[in-house]
Amino acid sequence: MNKKNSILKGNAVYVFLSIMVGFAVGAILLLVAGLSPGEAYGKLVDGIFGQTKYIVWSIVYASPLIFTGLSVAFSFKTGVFNIGAEGQFVVGSLAACVVGIVVKAPAAIHVVLCILAAIIAGGLWGAIVGVLKVKRGVHEVLSYIMFNWIAFYLSNYVVNLKAIHRSGGGEATKDIADTAKMKLPDAVVAATRCGAANWGIFLAIGAAVLIWFIMNKTTLGYQLRAVGFSKSAAEYGGINTSKNFLIAMSISGGLAGLGGAVQVLGMSGRISQFASQEQFGFQGITVALIASSNPIGCIFAGLFYGAMKYGGTKLSLVNAPAEVVDIIMGTIILFIAISHIFKMIVAKRLHKKEEDK
Amino acid sequence: MNGHNGRNSADFAQGGGTKVDKASNMNKDHVVLQMKDIVKKFGDFTANDHINLTVHKGEVHAILGENGAGKSTLMNVLYGMYPPTSGTIFYDGKEVKIDGPQKAIDLGIGMVHQHFMLIPPFTVTENIVLGMEPGNGVTVDIKSAREKIRQLSEQYNLMVDPDAKVEDISVGMQQRVEILKVLYRGANLLILDEPTASLTPQEIGELIDIIHNLTADGKSVIIITHKLKEIKASADHCTIIRSGKYIDTVDVAECSENDLAAMMVGRDVAFSVDKKEMTPGEVVLEVKDLKAKDYRGVEILNGLNLNVRQGEIVGLAGVDGNGQTELVEILTGLRKGESGQVMMKGVDLFNKTPRETFDHGITSIPEDRQKHGLVLDFTVAENLILQNFGKEKFSRKGILKKDAIQKFATEMIDKFDIRPSGCENRHAGQLSGGNQQKVIIAREVTNDSELLIAVNPTRGLDVGAIEFVHKYLVEQRNKNRAVLLVSFELDEIMDLSDRIEVIFDGQIVGSVAGDDADEKELGFMMAGGTKHE
Repeated sequence: MNKKNSILKGNAVYVFLSIMVGFAVGAILLLVAGLSPGEAYGKLVDGIFGQTKYIVWSIVYASPLIFTGLSVAFSFKTGVFNIGAEGQFVVGSLAACVVGIVVKAPAAIHVVLCILAAIIAGGLWGAIVGVLKVKRGVHEVLSYIMFNWIAFYLSNYVVNLKAIHRSGGGEATKDIADTAKMKLPDAVVAATRCGAANWGIFLAIGAAVLIWFIMNKTTLGYQLRAVGFSKSAAEYGGINTSKNFLIAMSISGGLAGLGGAVQVLGMSGRISQFASQEQFGFQGITVALIASSNPIGCIFAGLFYGAMKYGGTKLSLVNAPAEVVDIIMGTIILFIAISHIFKMIVAKRLHKKEEDK
Repeated sequence: MNGHNGRNSADFAQGGGTKVDKASNMNKDHVVLQMKDIVKKFGDFTANDHINLTVHKGEVHAILGENGAGKSTLMNVLYGMYPPTSGTIFYDGKEVKIDGPQKAIDLGIGMVHQHFMLIPPFTVTENIVLGMEPGNGVTVDIKSAREKIRQLSEQYNLMVDPDAKVEDISVGMQQRVEILKVLYRGANLLILDEPTASLTPQEIGELIDIIHNLTADGKSVIIITHKLKEIKASADHCTIIRSGKYIDTVDVAECSENDLAAMMVGRDVAFSVDKKEMTPGEVVLEVKDLKAKDYRGVEILNGLNLNVRQGEIVGLAGVDGNGQTELVEILTGLRKGESGQVMMKGVDLFNKTPRETFDHGITSIPEDRQKHGLVLDFTVAENLILQNFGKEKFSRKGILKKDAIQKFATEMIDKFDIRPSGCENRHAGQLSGGNQQKVIIAREVTNDSELLIAVNPTRGLDVGAIEFVHKYLVEQRNKNRAVLLVSFELDEIMDLSDRIEVIFDGQIVGSVAGDDADEKELGFMMAGGTKHE
């Protein structure tokens, strides 16, 4: 295969082009709305890179998205579409929050307990859907979506329990104990000048590397990928497909749950009553698509999305709506999807060519 | 060669159904189609390198070549799917530029694809008129269409019922519907792409008769194939293409199958496999009273009994759909049966998992190599360890040994001549069909199990690859392993088997020794008749 072909088959070029098109479409809409794209994008860039603390904030925004992105990317690689990362994220953050409020423990242990609770909660949330899939043949997309809403209302119920709900005003839980927080040393926080700075990003990078390792270097990853690529060939090869679906869906759920923990323990410190779904899980789908389901790619895609989300909050300063960011992200996904079709056509032509050899 | 300028296609209009005796066909030297110096490049790759093709009126012209030799590209150029890079096409003596399939159809060129394009719930008539429905634009005049189809069917002895639903008719009949479809559109030159790929021996014979009916009526037929026997049986001339290059056009009557094969692959090909004398040893697999239902709940295996011994190849002959697929799936653990026993050296493997059947010594070359045999998105190296990734050799404590896996792949690629060489880290889906099959064979033969089940192991492969597959099947037998060969190719069964068992309607209906097998008798049993003693 020559160089040109491998580039045409590769993902990076398409993703980059899609991002460019996303910004172009956003610019057109800004123009239509009578706003200057230059000014708005200038503000966006300045809002992300203008000061050290902006960059740190962007990273704080990105950490949970890297997790939900990883969760979805992992599911794609294993032949499942985890559209339930949203719900797993919610139960994960809920479990971390409850353990953070109720349990009393020394700092190092408390935060680990919270994290474990989140992984187990998210993992279980995914596993239930997995059991329904392999035992009862329920399509996972259906039950994932249902479980998103179950998580949503479960969270709102727990938030309002007396032992959990904060006293005084506000529709939210109590704050988690200080011992449960993912705090960086005070000096570091002071240096970043961002009060929300936390070590969630390191956990996210670690998780991405671990997932990459599992997928590519272990027999477990081999089996998961075999099942993901071709269930029938994996079965023929003696791989237990049901077991591997369950493992995959549990791990995927655990990752999303961990993302929820990072959000609560690192940034918010509490859970508010939801009026609507928070979208972390769905944004994870975007992250996974931009990353072409590559775990390491999820780090960068998550950072990109996190930065856009954070930078988007500054747009109101130039009277541009923050929703422009959503439009840009939506367009990017649309074009990445289109590029897949384009790629399929290219691949088919190249394939034909090679076949004719 | 090209001296009949000025004739036009009106000369070829059907002559009212009179059958002309083939020998007395007057216009045999009239050139219908001439493709001259056709070059087709894709980027820097040349798929067709100065290919010439001359087809006369009323002849069957075979195009022979290995998979990927450029046959399909040439036909796609002719049918207007690709513009040629250079070269000219003359149709009826006039230079033509075929810039799309519609142009080809207008000229009178019709193509019957290997994979039929029919709508199962529609009737034959409805399928044939699809896209050019007769009538006033609002209602379809199905009656006149029906009548025309009936006439055409009668004229060429196709015996197609215009009112039958396509889903109810056999594969062979569906093919005739495809042929009718191009005839209905006024084709004078028919291209048949791998027409016998899915037909039974009887159906192949009937198809050849039909082809001769067509040529007797002045139509010309191009068949694309790599089956030499059928070329001998049906074609007048044969053009051989190898690696995109024009090799020769020969008079089929003056060539032996060996000559054709040698021209196709560029070297001499061994047809008969070298089998040393073996006395079968102890029974390895014994299937007793096996019963199973298909997905609709219909009995598909009705108490099947079968055994395979060490050092023998047992060929399971039968028409597709008589329970072969289900039998193999039960033997390999992919399907659950109703009742019975699958004894493998004293252990009952009935309704066990694929892992258990593998661990007890059953390996298989599956029927569908792309669905079951390979994970197409895995690399060749990854595919080669599909059952053995967990073994000491390839992993330790759950971590894959990358170097060992690569080394094993390189060994296999060298030993089994998997091409392109150095394809360890290519996705299996990027290999040609023959090389995909080589990957599977490398893996399964290296497993060196007690029993190797091979299901249609040479389907869609060219002569060179078939020779390769057969060699390894016989090698397993010679190593005193048991081999169960399930194939729809009767020739293959007869060439390789030490014993032939005939399956019909979910039961073994006859058994003959490989040496005294008779094609007619097997065919008779395959169709449900009993063995003549």
